[in-house]
Amino acid sequence: MKKVYAREQYCINCRLCEVYCKTNHSKSKDVVKAYKKESPSPVSRISVYGDSKASVAVNCRHCDDPACVKACIAGAMTKDKKTGIVSVNESKCIGCMTCLAVCPIGCIKISNTAVKCDLCSGEEPACVKNCPNKALVWLEVGGGAK
Amino acid sequence: MINYIPREFDIVRDRERCIDCGCCVRQCGFDCHYFDDDGKTVVADSTRCVACHRCVDLCPTGALSIRKHVCDYKDNANWTPRIQQEICRQAATGGVLLSAMGNPREYPIYWDKILLNASQVTNPSIDPLREPMEIRTILGRKPEKLTAVKKGKSQTEMPPQVMLETPIMFSAMSFGSISLNAQKTLAIAAKNLGTLFNTGEGGLHPELSDWSDYAVVQVASGRFGVHKEYLNNSKFIEIKIGQGAKPGIGGHLPGEKVTVEVSNARMIPEGSDAISPAPHHDIYSIEDLRQLIWSLKQATNNEKPISVKIAAVHNIAAIASGVARAGADIVVIDGYRGGTGAAPTRIRDNVGIPIELALAAADQRLRDESIRSRVSLVAAGSFRCSSDIVKAIALGADACYVASAPLIAMGCHMCQKCNTGICNWGIATQRPELTRRLNPEIAHERVENLINAWNHEIKEIMGGMGINSVDSLRGNRLMLRGIGLSDKELEILGIKHAGE
Repeated sequence: MKKVYAREQYCINCRLCEVYCKTNHSKSKDVVKAYKKESPSPVSRISVYGDSKASVAVNCRHCDDPACVKACIAGAMTKDKKTGIVSVNESKCIGCMTCLAVCPIGCIKISNTAVKCDLCSGEEPACVKNCPNKALVWLEVGGGAK
Repeated sequence: MINYIPREFDIVRDRERCIDCGCCVRQCGFDCHYFDDDGKTVVADSTRCVACHRCVDLCPTGALSIRKHVCDYKDNANWTPRIQQEICRQAATGGVLLSAMGNPREYPIYWDKILLNASQVTNPSIDPLREPMEIRTILGRKPEKLTAVKKGKSQTEMPPQVMLETPIMFSAMSFGSISLNAQKTLAIAAKNLGTLFNTGEGGLHPELSDWSDYAVVQVASGRFGVHKEYLNNSKFIEIKIGQGAKPGIGGHLPGEKVTVEVSNARMIPEGSDAISPAPHHDIYSIEDLRQLIWSLKQATNNEKPISVKIAAVHNIAAIASGVARAGADIVVIDGYRGGTGAAPTRIRDNVGIPIELALAAADQRLRDESIRSRVSLVAAGSFRCSSDIVKAIALGADACYVASAPLIAMGCHMCQKCNTGICNWGIATQRPELTRRLNPEIAHERVENLINAWNHEIKEIMGGMGINSVDSLRGNRLMLRGIGLSDKELEILGIKHAGE
């Protein structure tokens, strides 16, 4: 499956991936409204760690054998067999946050429910599309889907 | 402390659009933007703003703009605000004023006073999209005469030639003055475009060895990074005598910019100032230059053309003639608008002459002395668009060097702060957190797009003139007419006035 990969040698710590992820997961799809008007405020599913010296964007790896899916007691977290995308059904999620505790790379975010990267449902993800330095790439390197 | 100098720019933030994401805070190398005491609200201190537009261009909501800070002085045509501010800066530091990029002052730009010809009725124009149009350019000394052809083969021994797919090359910018990513961008673009980039006098970084077939390697007065492999892994060698931005002045790369990598490429200790003397201390005459040219030819088994780069100064025609007679295969003339990573402001703004006049004078002199075919003439010093290049070729240039234009394609906004070592676009800096901002994968495409666009335009202009080969344009001054120029200017340029 195609996943988002970060290339730290080109990450410039601008954190625009966070801005555009949040916008793409908002109701209005408008940057200003997503940040200033919408309630509950949409949540970015990608996070940049580090500082100006070294930084890297981290989002869900859509693992082959996802710990979050195994741990979910409500059956809200599933891995799509076809696309390989791990997603959370927000109407089923009970907000226990077990997924957050078991995720090995800390990619589950908290809103009213658990939220996480859905790879923008298979289109070129907003973080990749808007990365000004091509530090994020959307690539097929094998694995992740059956 | 009183500052005496008002700030240059105002950072204007549209609070209705700013989402306080902090992108500007993290991108400004001059620390203009910062989070207020609450840790959430972004505010700005305009005093350090240089108008590089990094924050403006990256702001996801378009909330930022930069305005010229208005602070009027009492009108005075003599003691202008610029002059007064420069005095205050020197009064504070006691130092020589430093600047970067090319001469920005209001001298005449002759390219804008020259008009091009086109065919009407009496000779047909050519559509470059339907008919072949040749812009391939070959540099190097041409044989004095052709000897008899024997069995279909020429008996003439050809001096080494360099073939370019476009008359546009990238001028010298050393690793040190610009980042490795910037040099790599030019190297990749040069290869894909079929042209050459120039190492400047900073040596060739090992990472660029894959592109050495597309490199012009410089031998300058500091002789940094010069060794046998460096000379041989190149397309041609350029002896740099002078530079248009600072004729008669050497170079000084501050120790802060001499990182481990720069020190390796230049073969000097890390952190030491890299000082290029004003003259080559083994070249005090044309005869001395001849010796160096000869030595370099020996070192490269006579396989590489040797170029000599000189700044456009008063006696340029005679100097170019001397350089040609000293055995150079290519003479590069760099006009006073040529860019630089750092130059004393007074030198940059007052020394040298326009490339248009220098080129025309040198070409005419070489023709008058019947030695024009001994050398290729390359013009440098601020070519802003394809029509500048066409005009230069018609004035007698074989090819043109461009540097500022590709830098702008990479992101440069001409803020003229290269000498500070802080370049928010990752070009004129060695700081890893800044050089990272220039991704050659993106930048080389932009530079190639620019040169390809210029190539198309050059073909279009030539087609309009009814010319289908750049060789027929070279030195074809009948294709040029001056507008608003004095008789003396027209005489030096060797062109007629519009209407004649």
